[in-house]
Amino acid sequence: MQANRTPHGVMPVPTEPTKRYGTPLGAIYGIISSVLIFLLVLVGIYYVLTGKGSRVDIGWFFLSTSPYMWALTGVGLAISLSVVGAAWGIYTTGVSINGGGVKAPRIKTKNLISIIFCEAVAIYGIIMAIVISTNISVCEIALLSSVKAIINLISSFKMFGAGLTVGICNLACGICVGIVGSGAALADAANSTLFVKILIIEIFGSAIGLFGLIIAILQTTGAGMASE
Amino acid sequence: MMPEISFNIDHGYLEGLLRGFKSGILKQADYLNLIQCETLDDLKLHLQSTDYGNFLANEPSPLTVSVIDDKLREKLVIEVEHMRNHALEPLSTFLDYVKYSYMIDNVILLITGTLHGRPIHELLPKCHPLGTFDQLAAINLANTSIMLYNAVLVDTPLAPYIKDCISAEDLDEMNVEIIRNTLYKSYLEDFYNFCKKQGGATADVMCEALAFDADRRAFIITINSFGTELSKDDRMKLYPRCGNLYPTGLKMLGECDDYEQVKAVADYYPQYKELFENSGSNPGEKTLEDKFFEHEVKLMKKAFMQQFQFGVFYAYIRLKEQENRNILWIGECVAQRHRAKIDSYIPIF
Repeated sequence: MQANRTPHGVMPVPTEPTKRYGTPLGAIYGIISSVLIFLLVLVGIYYVLTGKGSRVDIGWFFLSTSPYMWALTGVGLAISLSVVGAAWGIYTTGVSINGGGVKAPRIKTKNLISIIFCEAVAIYGIIMAIVISTNISVCEIALLSSVKAIINLISSFKMFGAGLTVGICNLACGICVGIVGSGAALADAANSTLFVKILIIEIFGSAIGLFGLIIAILQTTGAGMASE
Repeated sequence: MMPEISFNIDHGYLEGLLRGFKSGILKQADYLNLIQCETLDDLKLHLQSTDYGNFLANEPSPLTVSVIDDKLREKLVIEVEHMRNHALEPLSTFLDYVKYSYMIDNVILLITGTLHGRPIHELLPKCHPLGTFDQLAAINLANTSIMLYNAVLVDTPLAPYIKDCISAEDLDEMNVEIIRNTLYKSYLEDFYNFCKKQGGATADVMCEALAFDADRRAFIITINSFGTELSKDDRMKLYPRCGNLYPTGLKMLGECDDYEQVKAVADYYPQYKELFENSGSNPGEKTLEDKFFEHEVKLMKKAFMQQFQFGVFYAYIRLKEQENRNILWIGECVAQRHRAKIDSYIPIF
């Protein structure tokens, strides 16, 4: 904004600060990502132009991957993303409670509620991980009829989807609750009448994680694996 | 990335701490108590009931305003140094930048003192403690201006500013005020660029604050230059080029010959027009300087509206400086029994 305003004939104003820290890595990331995209496009064009366009299709990957892999990845994503979300929220809130609590020690117990809201996000993840993993049952894949094999695949995809849903919802929910909780702690430290009002915002933030949980439960119902 | 999700990793604790400090800034009700005081001991008593606590407890009884000044300053310095010592990049660099303005004042103070042959141990206690650095005392060792320039100034944290805008010969010839303003100009522009590079809310808050600071300096330099031998070209070189006035307003300011013309320039900028219109030196009117301070307080209060940014650190130091000025003003009025103007302090919250 400032550099653009420099008119002709006026000595240009420096736009770079004299103090710097760290190394800018943007150029390196740019080079790596453009090389990768270039290679992908090259391979794609090669396959298409040599009449092997069907190889670009990745459907074989979904069919040949073990259903157990999908189901267990779903379980893993459900719990791990939820825990990341909860941890993110807890530290965001926690450091603000620490800082604000130095001059206003009364906030320290009241604002544990924010931490508990973040913690609830991890609990949703645990619940879903358990619900999904109860649907996994033992079967000999090679002996299944083709219909049962398809049912097996479908239910494994459902479990994967449910895990992803609850994981990403809880990640976003945890961050949201954490940021609002951080604001709540500082607002409470400044003026204790604000706490209840901001807590309501936090409750709404916490509710969006519940939406993910509900949808994930709907996804997993009927996702039972077929046995012989 | 969004500052909200990563800011608290490094700076969350300090921001919470700082907002705690900020809630200790005196309120309007505290000032109403303070201006009722009859003696400085009353003042001390009232200050004890605020966040300042027992900061004057160990002082011998005939309290003077300068003791209060020292103690107020000491409290701010302890807080800022505590935060600086706990800060991580880029906040630590940011706080360093804030301290540079005090360093400039200290360096100028020492240069003036050295040029007038005053001993260093007399000058050092007068330096602002926020602006001290290791090489400060070494300024005394240099005899000639070339030595002063090479051996000391280029080694200090202010080196980039000094190097770019002042040569060794200038130190001899230039007026000290001009050196101060030249240094401050490069410093402001550098700080502005640093804050803009941080981006996000930090840039929003700090660029506005620094732009105002730059514009205020440009106005004050122009007004103070009337009747001095400073030429218009030289004056033009002292204007910081990061404010809202840049470039047209500065050009117009550069051609001003009297106060009325400065006022005419300010008319083009609504935020400054208002300040100039309501100021004056008649009794009952606020001076332009006070109007600028008032506007600064307004800007700095706004900085606290956003979380997850560095502007609050700058704003707190500025507000605390203003509070110190207020307490000193009230203290002076009480000490000199000159109560007529006691309420022309600038309330903060």
